[in-house]
Amino acid sequence: MIRVVLPAHLRTLAHVDGEVRLEVSGPATQRLVIDTLEARYPMLRGTMRDPATGRRRAFVRFFACEQDLSHEPPDAPLPDAVASGAEPFLVVGAMAGG
Amino acid sequence: MSGVRVLVGTRKGAFVLSADGSRRQWDVSGPHFGGWEIYHLKGSSADPDRIYASQSNAWFGQLIQRSDDGGRTWHPVGNEFAYDGVPGTHQWYDGTPHPWEFARVWHLEPSPTDPDTVYAGVEDAALFRSADGGQTWQELPGLRGHDSGSAWQPGAGGMCLHTIVLDPKEPGRMFVAISAAGAFRSDDAGKTWRPINRGLHSQGIPDPDAEVGHCVHRIAMHRSRPEVLFMQKHWDVMRSDDAGETWREVSGNLPTDFGFPIDVHAHEPDTVYVVPIKSDSEHYPPEGRLRVYRSRNGGDEWQPLTNGLPQRDCYVNVLRDAMAVDTLDECGVYFGTTGGQVYASADAGDSWAPIVEHLPPVLSVEVQTLP
Repeated sequence: MIRVVLPAHLRTLAHVDGEVRLEVSGPATQRLVIDTLEARYPMLRGTMRDPATGRRRAFVRFFACEQDLSHEPPDAPLPDAVASGAEPFLVVGAMAGG
Repeated sequence: MSGVRVLVGTRKGAFVLSADGSRRQWDVSGPHFGGWEIYHLKGSSADPDRIYASQSNAWFGQLIQRSDDGGRTWHPVGNEFAYDGVPGTHQWYDGTPHPWEFARVWHLEPSPTDPDTVYAGVEDAALFRSADGGQTWQELPGLRGHDSGSAWQPGAGGMCLHTIVLDPKEPGRMFVAISAAGAFRSDDAGKTWRPINRGLHSQGIPDPDAEVGHCVHRIAMHRSRPEVLFMQKHWDVMRSDDAGETWREVSGNLPTDFGFPIDVHAHEPDTVYVVPIKSDSEHYPPEGRLRVYRSRNGGDEWQPLTNGLPQRDCYVNVLRDAMAVDTLDECGVYFGTTGGQVYASADAGDSWAPIVEHLPPVLSVEVQTLP
């Protein structure tokens, strides 16, 4: 079970409060977590990754275990603590704008 | 009793303003999609309960929202706008080729006859169509594929397709405008397109016959006379009497002919409204006085409308999609400002009053006339 923390706008969009808990079908990676998240909450499709390129949006970052994983390859294994559910996978909107 | 519903897109959400036919007491609902940029909302004239909204921001990209109950509840529909085939390139600001990249939806134009069919004008400039209520979107690639496409350049606001006008009489005829490529017309439901910019002259375009490169801000028509088009260009207010084949300037006695919106009275095809803005480097009204100008004879002669509008210390702008008219017997006119005011006139512009005064900057205003 993977725990995912979404930024406020995406929680509102998906109608969820607090963490999202996901069962993933395979070794936990960024791609699998986001794919699973979008399958469960179709309204989130395209909000974290550009649909044209599949790449993380510039103002979206991924954190876990006090590490910035944003530049990790999407198919790299996530830390064991994320895979086990001990630590959440954080989707963070960049602090910017007015 | 008949009524109106004013759909307001702002920098931080959407608002729905409702009134009965007297248009004196207003109910304000919103913000919907709080914190998101709502470039445009528009209702279907075939089913007024059906409304489409373009929701986007720099963090999470583009969403399309749909309401089936007149704006009370909303649900996201399809948000994948994939260019047809290999996107190719257009010109970048420095003249180099730049790949077409989707940024956002500027304008949504529902079909007048089918609530499930809706067109979307996007940045980088392209026209998309959905025939399933916004669930899926297909590009009409003939526009972007026009021979001139690779020479189109963005304006300062991006290379956006911001205006879509569907001809109510001529099946398959539609007009679009792109900043800063110009106006285009299709006569075959969007399969093929050609530029319709003859007669447009712009400082900075050395070729007086330039086919494209024009910064058209808005085009408007009256349903009863679709061959007559009115245009607010970057500078110049223009008119065409032949469906865009040729244009002539009708700026006449306007204090400045720079501006963004232009609209036509619902029942008088020669009554036209613009909001003159001081200049392209000072996006606010001349002398700090907010004035709508109305022509009763199709341009050239313009009359300032000031009753109820601020006549001192006013430095707001009115953006291209932020003016609309209702179709009640006495035509209502509405516009929103970058200062967050939405003004309404229930007497064709003779007098004005704010419906709301403290919204986020207004990006778009549309109005639905309800039975």
